[in-house]
Amino acid sequence: MTKEERLKKRHRSEKRFKLYGVASIFVALLFVLILVQNIFSKGSSAFMKTAINVEVFFDPELLELQNGASSDDILQADFFDITIETLLKAYPAKNLDEENELIDLFSTDAEIEIRKAFLENNNLVGKKINLEITASDDIDQLHKGNYPRDLPEDRRRISNFQLNIYDNLVESKKIVKNFNNYFFKNGDSRNPELAGIGGALVGSFYSILICLLLSFPVAVLASIYLEEFAPKNKITDFIEININNLAAVPSIVYGLLALQILLATIQLPRSTPLVAGITLALMTLPRIIIPCRASLKAVPPSIREGALAVGASKFQSVFHHVVPLALPGTLSGTIIGLAQALGETAPLILIGMVAFVVDIPSTPIDPSSSLPVQVYLWSESAERGFVEKTSATIMMLLSFLIVMNFIAVYLRQKFEKRWN
Amino acid sequence: MNKLINVMLGILLALSFVTTSHSRDQIRIVGSSTVYPYATVVAEKFGKAGKFKTPIIESTGTGGGMKLFCAGVGANHPDVTNASRAIKPKEKALCEKNGVSEIIEIIVGNDGISLAHSNSAPDANFTKEQLWRALAANVDVDGKLVENPYKNWNDINSSLPNKKIEILVAPPTSGTRDAWNSLVMVKGCSDKAKSLFKAADKNAKKECAKMREDGYAVEAGENDTLIVQKLTSNPNAYGFFGYSYLVANKDKVKAAAVNGVRPSLEGIQNYSYPIARPLFFYVKKAHVGVIPGIQEFLDEFTSKKAMSNRGYLAKIGLVPLASDKYKVTRTAALDLKTISIK
Repeated sequence: MTKEERLKKRHRSEKRFKLYGVASIFVALLFVLILVQNIFSKGSSAFMKTAINVEVFFDPELLELQNGASSDDILQADFFDITIETLLKAYPAKNLDEENELIDLFSTDAEIEIRKAFLENNNLVGKKINLEITASDDIDQLHKGNYPRDLPEDRRRISNFQLNIYDNLVESKKIVKNFNNYFFKNGDSRNPELAGIGGALVGSFYSILICLLLSFPVAVLASIYLEEFAPKNKITDFIEININNLAAVPSIVYGLLALQILLATIQLPRSTPLVAGITLALMTLPRIIIPCRASLKAVPPSIREGALAVGASKFQSVFHHVVPLALPGTLSGTIIGLAQALGETAPLILIGMVAFVVDIPSTPIDPSSSLPVQVYLWSESAERGFVEKTSATIMMLLSFLIVMNFIAVYLRQKFEKRWN
Repeated sequence: MNKLINVMLGILLALSFVTTSHSRDQIRIVGSSTVYPYATVVAEKFGKAGKFKTPIIESTGTGGGMKLFCAGVGANHPDVTNASRAIKPKEKALCEKNGVSEIIEIIVGNDGISLAHSNSAPDANFTKEQLWRALAANVDVDGKLVENPYKNWNDINSSLPNKKIEILVAPPTSGTRDAWNSLVMVKGCSDKAKSLFKAADKNAKKECAKMREDGYAVEAGENDTLIVQKLTSNPNAYGFFGYSYLVANKDKVKAAAVNGVRPSLEGIQNYSYPIARPLFFYVKKAHVGVIPGIQEFLDEFTSKKAMSNRGYLAKIGLVPLASDKYKVTRTAALDLKTISIK
């Protein structure tokens, strides 16, 4: 081989390597793109809900309320008859079966929505108003194009009669798409059109708050002590190795630990954000200590020596000079640790968070679910409407994670000093 | 920094005070994932009625639920456990040991395990023995026990299609698999095989229920929605799950007939469909009157509006009890009749 040939060969192999690099980045991006596209195409429709415009007549004969009734009386009153009257007026039904099919087009919460309209304006007795009532899951999915209509009738959940009503309503522009406020406001429900992530959001918030309160101070103090004060000997080496080991322990193990200690021995209430927060704190602790120590280590010794040289104590040099400089790295490490905790499901299964919780928790000791658990629960549900709800919840979870990671990167870039 | 630490310590202290004064004012339910969809619907209606808080329902599987249920009496233990099979003697013993001596048994309704496949595939019909032969680890061929040799359906019987055997099965921990084993694998096991197992000094029931592990029976996990997806994309595959999934997905999958019968409401109700089973839940009597709302919850669950043929549970796929059995269940619920746990 001549000199030129060898040179060419080396250039070729360099080119090849670059090509492999670009290809692998492309493949990775492609996977992310497919995932995101898949989730978005399935989930984005969940942020809208289908509603049917109906005329409600607050018939004094059917309603045992006077104009100006107090809200207590309204909550006690029976709106069932009015609801049925209203829904039946939407389309002429010939017999009981058809009437039932007609009523099934509306959400089971129709009565509650009519009551709410009356609560907002208690002078409606004897008057007619137009109200948009949430449609049932079947109609919702049909209207969004997620449910096929060109199948034989016995293979559809929607009967021919119901399809006729639907087409008629679409033609008369009675079917509308609204922003799905239930998705953010409501807790879990077995009716997909009413199910929301409100409870899961609050549960996740409390869990992460407790996790932060417990893990951040402990992790920061532990890493400051280990890095700045502790003597370097076999014991601290042993501790360091074990912190690294703990960070690699599968999260389900922490769930088992919590089950034994927090639930069985201390008898804290099951399925609560308190227990979830403590469990996640145990899991997050080593994952925060490691970046904390790394950022302390990155502060150059000249800073410490300078402080000591002008007469500061060890404590003063650490807390007045080293810790403030290490803070951006510490905070971003904490946020990334919390982001991991936010997406964690496995330990929560064992402490009973995988539960059907309708009421939105008001304190950290009320039973609750969390965002990843809600994804898991809905992905197992048979009803078609939960497919989009599952993807939409994943979208919410992903956007929280992206925001948290963005804050972490921002803190580091903005405040971190470089020492070179 | 010091202020921050003080604030955090303060919040933690406050939290620990709150937790010490904790008692429960809502029903807690654990147990079977098959009963979960029905129990949650009842719980939601019960909560919306406004008198009591909505019960909390965990889906732990039948066995896991029994363990939690039988762990003791008191606010830290669940009040109700759902089960896709009757309570076992072992579990009764555990309950008794831990002081849970009075249990109310409620039969919720029936479930038919449906053997489903894609709508695009031709209709199919199997006998229980054919299904056993397709799935068992060891079968009898020419009077001898051998490892399952069948690769295509027509190897089992020439009347069956010439297609590869491919069945998605539920994992061993699920109640659906338990029921499939006892209703199909054990019942479909040939007499010859049973006697051969016995001759080899083995437990015939256990051996009959053993599934092959050579790739023809594919373990598919607890997620039934995923099974539906897999069946849709592969018209040759079969999978089994509860009747409610068949109802919810009838635009995608259909049921194969077993012994010539397709699953239907009536067929499951009178057990003429051969893979039907009752579903249960169990209530701790000691908690009635202590945890508010248990009696009212029982009333709601067993009411006609929930459990009858036109009830709201039937709409989501629960097969209601026949009327004579319904009366028994209803009285058991209203009178809080306990079962013997000896």
